Amino acid sequence: MSTPDHSADTGSIDEQSLRHASGPYFGAYGGRWMPESLMAAMDELNETFEAAKNDPEFIAQVKDLNKNYSGRPSLLTEAKRFSAQYCDGVRIFLKREDLNHTGSHKINNVLGQALLAKRMGKTRIIAETGAGQHGVASATAAALMGLECVVYMGAEDTRRQALNVARMRLLGATVIPVTVGSQTLKDAINEALRDWVANVENTHYLLGTAAGGAPFPAMVRYFHEVIGEEAREQILEQTGRLPNAVTACIGGGSNAIGIFHGFLDDKDVALYGFEAGGDGVDTDRHAATITLGRPGVLHGAKSYLMQDEDGQTIESHSISAGLDYPGVGPEHAFLADIGRVTYEPVTDTEAMDAFKALCRTEGILPAIESSHALAGTIRLAKKLVAEGAVPEETIIIVNLSGRGDKDVGTAAAWFDMIEPGAADAEITGTDAQKAQEK
Amino acid sequence: MTRVTSAQKIAAARAEGRPALIGYLPAGFPDVPTSIEAAVALAENGVDIIEIGIPYSDPVMDGEVIQAATVQALANGFRVADVFDIVAGITARTDAAVMVMTYWNPVLRMGVDEFSRRFAQAGGSGLITPDLVPEEAGEWLEASEKYDLERVFLIAPSSTPERVQRTVDVSSGFIYCVSLMGVTGARASVSSAAQAVVDAAHAAGAENACVGLGVSRREHVEEIGAYADGVIVGTALVAALRDGGVQAVGALAAELSGAAAHSDKELA
Ligand SMILES: Cc1ncc(COP(=O)(O)O)c(C=O)c1O
Repeated sequence: MSTPDHSADTGSIDEQSLRHASGPYFGAYGGRWMPESLMAAMDELNETFEAAKNDPEFIAQVKDLNKNYSGRPSLLTEAKRFSAQYCDGVRIFLKREDLNHTGSHKINNVLGQALLAKRMGKTRIIAETGAGQHGVASATAAALMGLECVVYMGAEDTRRQALNVARMRLLGATVIPVTVGSQTLKDAINEALRDWVANVENTHYLLGTAAGGAPFPAMVRYFHEVIGEEAREQILEQTGRLPNAVTACIGGGSNAIGIFHGFLDDKDVALYGFEAGGDGVDTDRHAATITLGRPGVLHGAKSYLMQDEDGQTIESHSISAGLDYPGVGPEHAFLADIGRVTYEPVTDTEAMDAFKALCRTEGILPAIESSHALAGTIRLAKKLVAEGAVPEETIIIVNLSGRGDKDVGTAAAWFDMIEPGAADAEITGTDAQKAQEK
Repeated sequence: MTRVTSAQKIAAARAEGRPALIGYLPAGFPDVPTSIEAAVALAENGVDIIEIGIPYSDPVMDGEVIQAATVQALANGFRVADVFDIVAGITARTDAAVMVMTYWNPVLRMGVDEFSRRFAQAGGSGLITPDLVPEEAGEWLEASEKYDLERVFLIAPSSTPERVQRTVDVSSGFIYCVSLMGVTGARASVSSAAQAVVDAAHAAGAENACVGLGVSRREHVEEIGAYADGVIVGTALVAALRDGGVQAVGALAAELSGAAAHSDKELA
């Protein structure tokens, strides 16, 4: 797979640590490209976050919630049958973010930001969601901490993730279907920003990925760094060495930046981010932002962006609602330019094949988002072996960012497994029908 | 070609003892020729400064009415470069100052220098930039100096004194005082926060402070005119264009500017 031609001046990455980059800029990317009305709130958030990071009490609170509420550390599971059947024997380890409370990595960021919201005296949080995982996590944290919660979700996504909409409502959140624009994640973010401008006095915008204006990218990463730190310790403990590669899927880039972070300064560990290739990057239906986008500004940050010749955002397409976003976090744009991380697209079909492969070999039902990382890993393992790597001496860690319960309807339709006449709402959503039409 | 600037128009209005009236319409709504006609109708009915908005896919500072109009303009095939024809079309037929309001990505995509050059050539006086803050405006500061364009940044009720100062220091033409914490849209009354924002701008040394967001009626214009140097009307004009075409835009502009009252008196 070709590496995109991103001509940027590539400072030597040997010289300085890439860990804990604080922003607001990551190379030429990042910053705050957003309305003046929000600047005071961004400053307040930045100050609160910087103070909290150095406050032992805050650090202890986060640790306690991670351990006793989310269930961290998440396991690192060796996937032996998956390795033997699909990865030419390369040793595959799964970082089990699917086992966290609420079923994905999203909870790490949400608990941290909800604590910050309380510190700022905010009584209301708002969030955007695509797959609904971040919305569910936000609703969960709001319930836990006694905050009001409003979740914006593209109307199209409320249909394809109906189960998660119900889940959020059960948790006490208000879900507002967004009917403007393309009715997906990017428009949900626009609506959340409009809400925030009007209600910034009492409201914290709990952004769900490592994108947005500063301090969001560095802050969201901070709360996810635990993934990479645990994984590094666990692999050393289980195998006595570092992996050859670490892989993750890329939506906005939060689960990826979290696991990459633990290995950024380990020069011999290759890092791979897998973007949603949709129907294929030779079609116009994909979400391969780094592979095919170009620098621009959206939702507060300068980064790679899917845009047309006029700078209008192009709508993305992916079978995975969580990867269906035309932007990407600015730190990834920087890591792509300097060549520290390799970003490649994975198609819907490849992802769904990997989804089924993991179900059948390991008894683990992955999120379709995470299945993109699995598919990319299969490809990478085969390539390494073809290039002469000794399989049993080659190790890849995959960030299994979430569980696939929310995707059962989509997957069942994709694989034609729906009972004729089934009426379960979970498996008769728009997306299920769409998948079935294929 | 001598370009008319917003600063000139505001000074002229001040000399007449009234606030300047600034009218917003989206480029290419409902189509390019009509958007030119509608802007000309503004100028013919007492609007001093015309603000042409570039339709953009992700307009986070706009409410439903303007969003819907810009979605329609894009659906009808509006291209960013059309804005230069629109600006040239208006400046050729009126003596209003013509500004463009644009989210920043379309400008970045064309290239800040290239956009500025073509915009100046079309006779435009400056840009109003709702999602660009001074910290990120380095390229624009350079290009606006080079092509002698006015830089209208925004300040809001939430802006700290330091931010107001920094923003006033880099602005030219006027400073856009956002009347309330929210997005564009007509409101029954003008936010009481508006005057404090204007006062802060003046205290920081701004010569021209204009108020926008939520302004829709003649009485708002009069109320704001008591303390501000200009009044910006958007959504109400867009709704008039949507519902009643160019003629309705002209009629509303006449009412907002007080021209309607004058001509009524003359007739009586
Ligand atoms: C399970 C899972 N993985 C990954 C993502 C993609 O987000 P990010 O790239 O921020 O990790 C999502 C988003 O909804 C998700 O639910």
